[in-house]
Amino acid sequence: MITLKINGETHSVDVDPATPLLWVIRDYVGLTGTKFGCGIAQCGACTVHLNGAPIRSCATPVQVAIDQEVTTIEGIVKNDGELHPLQQAWIDEQVPQCGYCQSGQIMSAAALLENNPSPSDADIDQAMAGNVCRCGTYPRIRKGIKRAALAINVLHEEATTDG
Amino acid sequence: MGKWSRRAFITTGIAAGGVVVFGVAIRRGDRTAKVRHLIANENDAIFDTWLKIAPDNTITVIVPHAEMGQGVHTTLAMMLADELDADWSRVDILEAPSDKEYANYALARGYTAGGVDFPAWLIDTVDGIFFRASQAIGLQLTGGSTSVRTTGQIAMRVTGAAARIALLQAAADEWQVSVSELTTRDSTVLHAASERSATYASLAEAAARVTLPSKPVLKSSDEFSIMGTSPQRHDIPAKVDGTAMFGIDATLPGMKYAAIQAAPVFGGAVSKLDPASVQDMPGVRKVINLDNSVAVIADGYWQARMALDQLQVEYSDGGNSHWEQSDIFSQFAADLDQSAEAGDEETDLASGDARAALRSAAQVLDAEYRVPYLAHSPMEPMNCMAWVHDGSCELWTGSQNPLGFAKDVSDALGMDLDDVTVHNQYLGGGFGRRGFSDYAVQAARIASSVPYPVKLVWSREEDTRHDHYRQASISRFRGGLDANGKPVAWHNHYVNKHDPEEAPHIPYAIGNQRIVYTESKTHVPWGFWRSVDHSLHAFFTESFVDELAFAAGRDPYEFRRELLQDEPRYLAVLDLAAEKAGWGEPLAKHQGRGISIHRSFGTIVAEVVDVDVVDGELTVPRVVCAVDAGYTIHPDGMAAQMESGIAYGMTAALYGEISIRHGAVAQSNFHDYPMLRMDKAPIVETHIINSGKPLGGAGEPGTPPIAPALTNAIFNATGIRIRELPVQQHDLKRTDFRETDVA
Repeated sequence: MITLKINGETHSVDVDPATPLLWVIRDYVGLTGTKFGCGIAQCGACTVHLNGAPIRSCATPVQVAIDQEVTTIEGIVKNDGELHPLQQAWIDEQVPQCGYCQSGQIMSAAALLENNPSPSDADIDQAMAGNVCRCGTYPRIRKGIKRAALAINVLHEEATTDG
Repeated sequence: MGKWSRRAFITTGIAAGGVVVFGVAIRRGDRTAKVRHLIANENDAIFDTWLKIAPDNTITVIVPHAEMGQGVHTTLAMMLADELDADWSRVDILEAPSDKEYANYALARGYTAGGVDFPAWLIDTVDGIFFRASQAIGLQLTGGSTSVRTTGQIAMRVTGAAARIALLQAAADEWQVSVSELTTRDSTVLHAASERSATYASLAEAAARVTLPSKPVLKSSDEFSIMGTSPQRHDIPAKVDGTAMFGIDATLPGMKYAAIQAAPVFGGAVSKLDPASVQDMPGVRKVINLDNSVAVIADGYWQARMALDQLQVEYSDGGNSHWEQSDIFSQFAADLDQSAEAGDEETDLASGDARAALRSAAQVLDAEYRVPYLAHSPMEPMNCMAWVHDGSCELWTGSQNPLGFAKDVSDALGMDLDDVTVHNQYLGGGFGRRGFSDYAVQAARIASSVPYPVKLVWSREEDTRHDHYRQASISRFRGGLDANGKPVAWHNHYVNKHDPEEAPHIPYAIGNQRIVYTESKTHVPWGFWRSVDHSLHAFFTESFVDELAFAAGRDPYEFRRELLQDEPRYLAVLDLAAEKAGWGEPLAKHQGRGISIHRSFGTIVAEVVDVDVVDGELTVPRVVCAVDAGYTIHPDGMAAQMESGIAYGMTAALYGEISIRHGAVAQSNFHDYPMLRMDKAPIVETHIINSGKPLGGAGEPGTPPIAPALTNAIFNATGIRIRELPVQQHDLKRTDFRETDVA
């Protein structure tokens, strides 16, 4: 039995420790928002956070995640259902087309904004170059990240002012 | 074989009657009765088969097309809702079930008869014929950029308009007033004189008894209130929080997983298989020989993959392992030579006398272009969950033709079509690939041998190596210019034609044209790839026009302009793209700008590409796009499709190359079949023209112009003329030469 903490909840699964985290998340835990794209960490569709850092779960053995904090796309929505600023920005900018890569895109972007609340174009290029979108939504992803960054910074300022 | 006989589908078309709801623009027979159980709740009134009105005044539009990111669910619902004067905030969208009652007659009619304007008295009959024809071929296709042009125009708008007339009549009858005193707004009928109003829901039952005109008057574009605006797409919220269900996300209790590998060489088969080699591996349930492929079923997908890797299996090569990519191109060249010599080419177009005009031309230019095979590579690898139980087969997958898939599965399993159901999910990209049912048939065959549901998921390697590929091709040109640099002859000979037929045609006023082709078959399976033949021919023709302009010493935009004087629609699109891009403004030495224009699927698109080439390193900062689709229903959706079509075509132009080695595909995954990424993606500006001409498509027309606009820009920057794609195989370091330096 392997015990995992995903989106704050504990799950025990009976799998080979070498099984990629992706398949454990999808097939054993039943969270299907994280997608399979290539299996060799080339496309980013499977991106989740391990202790806040973006990783490619298709090429990460599940044993690496034991006793660590795993966050998936389902875990960045607040408990009251309020969307992450990136998710809201994705709707406002009408980013997704087929939508299949977007969980991974949002998870990569969320990790970027966590570390860098005002990313430049070059920062965005660097953080997002590991995520492929075959529908070519890149210009809208860029706009979405900038819109979310603005929203986060406004929230932050309000919080600071109120305090 | 299933019992899908001529008699069967004719029988299903016979009316039984006795239902409250009734038809609008199509031969209805008892179709509402047949579909009611598929889409309606107890108290819903169904108008035609595309519309239902619930007691709470929610309007549901039933869309017979797959959503793969093109926004078709939203756009088609807008077309119906606008004609109906529905309250858009209370409109729901439902994808039509893969039932044969939803065979898409509108698409068949639009596809076959084009813009033929049938008289009102004939419409019931015509639609009946096309409905039956669609059923016969299992047509429920999303592709060919047809949805808005056919289903939208023929089914959605007519249904909305006719239902509105019925609702008005029902209100007029109830209030004993004339229809002309009534108006409609936000799913409500209003009588201003008496200040009365009634919701559509309250009138629906009475309206369903009104006999309707087959050909209701549709709104003119200045009357549109929803069409021409950009409401948010209905499918997007589920695509940002992980709740959208794609085929790969379908699950059932007791489901097992399957991994598959097909014979690597096309035409090969399983020749030796030792299931015992993996039977003791963890989770393994069964090894299945599907003749040309082998599948492993296991409790977990990763277990199935691991076992497939270990499985002792050998394949025959179908006599095809001698094929190398260079041999394929050599065959194309030899077949072109031979048929040119023999004069037995097939003719696309012949006008004037191109050969005579070439003989008397002041200057003759020759060029040969090549493009490789391309895979579709949607982000979601092929997959399908199948469950064979109680004499039926249910499938959960993403398909561009769910009814066609059901028919193929029914044939493969020897079942009646009625016993096969496809539960279509969101498509994680289609691009033409998901019109081919191979993966669904595999899943059904695998599941037919076990009592539980099985989810088959292809690896990315399988997806890359067992696609249906955009053809490789060679295209040869000979063009003639007169003493003033005016083109007088256009001769084009290429290999392997698919469709659309007009893809190699040019809009330019060149008096003598001969466009011919020769078939040169290979063992590589062919498939529709976004924009199909347009994807290669626009590269060929718009590159060669550029070469003629350069040979004539002319600016490539001005050169095209002069040849389009009799084509005002093209001219307007070309001018808009050039103007918005700042054509003619001076560029730095390392910069280049290229232009192209192409019409496909009824839509004209011009693109202007800016490039920087520094020390051979290419970047593409901006693409300006102008598009005339007649009328754009959803402008932001159109912009998104142009962005998407450009990115898809640019990926292919820069990197796309599937090559054959020892009869099999040499590439396997994104490391050797690379994709455009964020750091290389240009800004795309889209400018829309509403010319009022017949509607064109949106999903594909952005793709064809990008390759030639890009390579024309590279030529402008470097003097290097790229005649063979992809760009990445060319050394762009030569920067001692510039078109403008010598022109």
